[in-house]
Amino acid sequence: MELQTMTALELSKKIRQRQVKVADGVKEVFDQIEKKEGKVHAYLDLYKKDALARAKEVEKGIMDGTYTGPLAGVPIAVKDNICIKGKKTTCASRILENFVPQYNAEVIDRLEKAGMIVIGKTNMDEFAMGSTTETSAYGVTRNPWDLERVPGGSSGGSCAAVAAGETFLALGSDTGGSIRQPSSFCGVTGIKPTYGTVSRYGLVAYASSLDQIGPVGKDVADCAALLEVIAGHDPKDSTSLDRKDLDFSKSIEEKKLLGMKFGVPKEFLAKGLDPEVKDAFMNTLKTLTEQGAIVEFFSVATMEYMIPAYYIIASAEASSNLERFDGVKYGYRAAEYEGLHDMYKKTRTEAFGEEVKRRIMLGSFVLSSGYYDAYYLKALRTKALIKQEFDRAFAKYDVILAPAAPYTAPKIGESLKDPLAMYLGDIYTVAVNLCGLPGITVPCGQDKAGMPIGIQMIGDCFGEHKILRAAAAYEAARGAFPTPERGGAEA
Amino acid sequence: MAKIIDDETIENVCILAKLSLDDEAKEKAKQDMQKMLDYVEKLDELDTDGVEPLSHIFGDENVFREDVVTNGDNKEAMLANAPKAKEGQYQVPKTIG
Amino acid sequence: MKQYETVIGLEVHVELATKTKIFCGCSTEFGGAPNTHTCPVCTGMPGSLPVLNKKVVEFALKAGIAANCQINQYCKFDRKNYFYPDNPQNYQISQLYLPICHDGWVEIETSAGKKKIRIHEMHMEEDAGKLIHDEWEDCSLVDYNRSGVPLIEIVSEPDMRSSEEVIAYLEKLRCMMQYLGVSDCKLQEGSMRADVNLSVREVGSETFGTRTEMKNLNSFKAIARAIEGERERQIELIEEGRAVVQETRRWDDNKESSHAMRSKEDAKDYRYFPDPDLPPIHISDAWIEELRKSQPELREEKQLRYQEEFELPAYDAGILTESRHLSMLFEEVANLCGSPKKAANWFMGEVLRLTKDKGLDVEKVSFTPKHLADLIQMVEKKEVSAQNAKKVFEKVFDEDIEPVSYIEEHGLKIVEDTGLLNDTLQKIMDENPGPLAELLGGKEKVFGFFVGKMMRELKGKASPDAVREALVKEVEKRKNQ
Repeated sequence: MELQTMTALELSKKIRQRQVKVADGVKEVFDQIEKKEGKVHAYLDLYKKDALARAKEVEKGIMDGTYTGPLAGVPIAVKDNICIKGKKTTCASRILENFVPQYNAEVIDRLEKAGMIVIGKTNMDEFAMGSTTETSAYGVTRNPWDLERVPGGSSGGSCAAVAAGETFLALGSDTGGSIRQPSSFCGVTGIKPTYGTVSRYGLVAYASSLDQIGPVGKDVADCAALLEVIAGHDPKDSTSLDRKDLDFSKSIEEKKLLGMKFGVPKEFLAKGLDPEVKDAFMNTLKTLTEQGAIVEFFSVATMEYMIPAYYIIASAEASSNLERFDGVKYGYRAAEYEGLHDMYKKTRTEAFGEEVKRRIMLGSFVLSSGYYDAYYLKALRTKALIKQEFDRAFAKYDVILAPAAPYTAPKIGESLKDPLAMYLGDIYTVAVNLCGLPGITVPCGQDKAGMPIGIQMIGDCFGEHKILRAAAAYEAARGAFPTPERGGAEA
Repeated sequence: MAKIIDDETIENVCILAKLSLDDEAKEKAKQDMQKMLDYVEKLDELDTDGVEPLSHIFGDENVFREDVVTNGDNKEAMLANAPKAKEGQYQVPKTIG
Repeated sequence: MKQYETVIGLEVHVELATKTKIFCGCSTEFGGAPNTHTCPVCTGMPGSLPVLNKKVVEFALKAGIAANCQINQYCKFDRKNYFYPDNPQNYQISQLYLPICHDGWVEIETSAGKKKIRIHEMHMEEDAGKLIHDEWEDCSLVDYNRSGVPLIEIVSEPDMRSSEEVIAYLEKLRCMMQYLGVSDCKLQEGSMRADVNLSVREVGSETFGTRTEMKNLNSFKAIARAIEGERERQIELIEEGRAVVQETRRWDDNKESSHAMRSKEDAKDYRYFPDPDLPPIHISDAWIEELRKSQPELREEKQLRYQEEFELPAYDAGILTESRHLSMLFEEVANLCGSPKKAANWFMGEVLRLTKDKGLDVEKVSFTPKHLADLIQMVEKKEVSAQNAKKVFEKVFDEDIEPVSYIEEHGLKIVEDTGLLNDTLQKIMDENPGPLAELLGGKEKVFGFFVGKMMRELKGKASPDAVREALVKEVEKRKNQ
């Protein structure tokens, strides 16, 4: 039986039908890791022994009825900014090189209750700051479609691992596009849920008001099932919402686009969008229309202000969130120092990477005395206007369509030369975080080089059901999407 | 015209963020920050008069905990990651008076 | 010589008497081995998140209502960013932009009379951990047991002009918090701390001078000394034509002097911004109303009630209500014995005398109210002499003994035993033939001599009245013989 080509739901079904052993799924994943990890480097840590032991436990649990869910027995990879008790959690930073949390993130407890098997931690941009996974302190992750290219970021490791078949599912986190953009670059599906849908407890914060954990998988159904596992109210997270509409798998049962109204922000298709990406996007609009969807263009006046507002808010929060890394309670401490403040400075200067320093400096500045109003408050006001604009759009449309990124995956080493240019690449994703909206990226095409292109479907707050339904229906109309091995430039 | 980032600004930011940059890094930081601030200056075009700053997307309902002790002695676990510890406490360079 | 006026404003931190910390379920109990009351939240572990203790909001509101404050019915928490090892996240969760209470006042009374001190604001925040300087190594040690203990910071307007007013204000706040049950306000344990903002100006001047902030004040006496010291220091500077620098100073009560806490690493730029981890708080009219209704009787009301209901003098009512703890004890005794007036006499006399003699904190006075009530009733019923009752009460005060059986067991109960009385009288008369003759001869003065002798012999087992009565009867009898 070809396990590798199965989706997570298919694998679990076979397991529950006793046609496949839980350990077989785990072994399959580690076989793929053995084959590809040397080239791809999607993982920072692997738990083969634990995973096989856990497989036995889960096998028993499935037999005795402890685990009955649709993802029981499925191996999953976890981004390295999510705490697992007793396992190193580094955020791809030197400053947490030896940090071993004594607690689980809420999502980890939920994965365990669903009978899933965590197989390892995936690479990422340091503290999720970056769009390429190149800012990791532990080496770059390569795009399985073309090893010379980045997988995107910051959840590049999670997306690359799914694309390479090195896992069936993965968890990522999305602060400004960190799930949706690498999903596009790697030809996989990824969801950023409505803010507050998934608990942030145990997710090492980058920008608390924007961060959300979300699923990365081979298709929409897998992602919906995983979202259903991890979503839910958590009293440990004050921003966690008590939603009653968490039956996400249900929303994709009816794959119907007829009558659904899609809005496309005109400005998103203007300057800066790669022509090949634009073609793929326009083709997708055509497919949607053919399926009976109504697609309209509308104007978003605040587009140019999204990135400035996002980077001010995210950097400000990051500067505060990352203050706790000081060499006192955990993590790295400089070897030599003279006195307290020197210890702080040496520790942080030695162990934070360039991009992290850049953002905490910017963040400290925009909050500092004399600049708070002009930068930080201005950004919060801008955020309010962006939110108003999306509110108005959602009064008219079920789903907003946007590219996931202006281009396909760039070559390794190209992006970090010009940070600002890299930031501008987040143009289609940051508004979703600023407004707390859900968004999903689904593969919709390939460029001439064969690199995947994704389309982003954005819903109103709590609009997961609509975007999942639209994404699943589009996916069905699109047909199978190639994997790196079958359609990519290189495997 | 955006704020001009000079050495003093960078030095002040370094005190706030607890970073120490050598001259080369400082120069680079200055340029990067200047470029970013010039870019975000775009926000000035936007009329935000009378717009309430939006800090929290949700928050219509109070989120409280009851006043009940739920945690026991976690000392070992809490100190497990300390770079330096002594007698059940985190050890740091001497703080002034 | 120029005349100077001292202008003082206070920032008072009060630790709230909740069972758990402000943002996590760790105990707030004082003491305990270092770091035994900690968890990922109050040690700032990555990925941990704060969840607000409802009781903290309730206590802050109670304090605000009692201090006549306006309530910000929509309020938020802000992060105050600064690096220091006692602050595990390197930001303190506090309130700057929308504090829970603002614009209130309390009334103080000093030798000069009554005065209103305005409250600028009250806000909720978390306490820091404790730093201990290691004696053996050149390092400090951090204990996060206090980290995250809830505080309210009460910021006054610069309305005070002397240390007497400052102490009266602090006493007022302490009493108020204790009455509300929101804090025990123990200065020694640090559950009440004050930072003093002080400036001086020439009498008659409309503008304020440059102020300094003094920290590390942990007793009323230290506060009074620090105020005098800082006032003199500032006047001296001005007289010498030098400027007062706006700075934070640390008071050293042993040296009775202060020094500036300055460091180039202290940027004093806290970069406050709304904490994204904590949603805003909505305080409904109904919630405020509910708290207003359940607000306990405060000292002023109690004082009035004691005067009206119990007919106590204003002075006694004042003393008895100084400590809520003592007043509660008093009220229970008063209720049980049915005589508030008598109970008040016992408290004003014996209870306070013993407290003082034994050097005890009035908050620590503890005995079963029924024990004193029983004693009061026994005196009332002439079952024990007032003298003996006082002795027995000391036992109640010290060991909380049960007085009724104690009196029985120790033969202190007044016996209406005419046999014993008569036997003793016969014995004394036999032993003192001379005075007896004088008494029978009509010399009234000797009457007292016999009463005294009797009382001593009977050791309080009979009341003076009974003794007198028996003596009169016996004299009549012998005269008629």
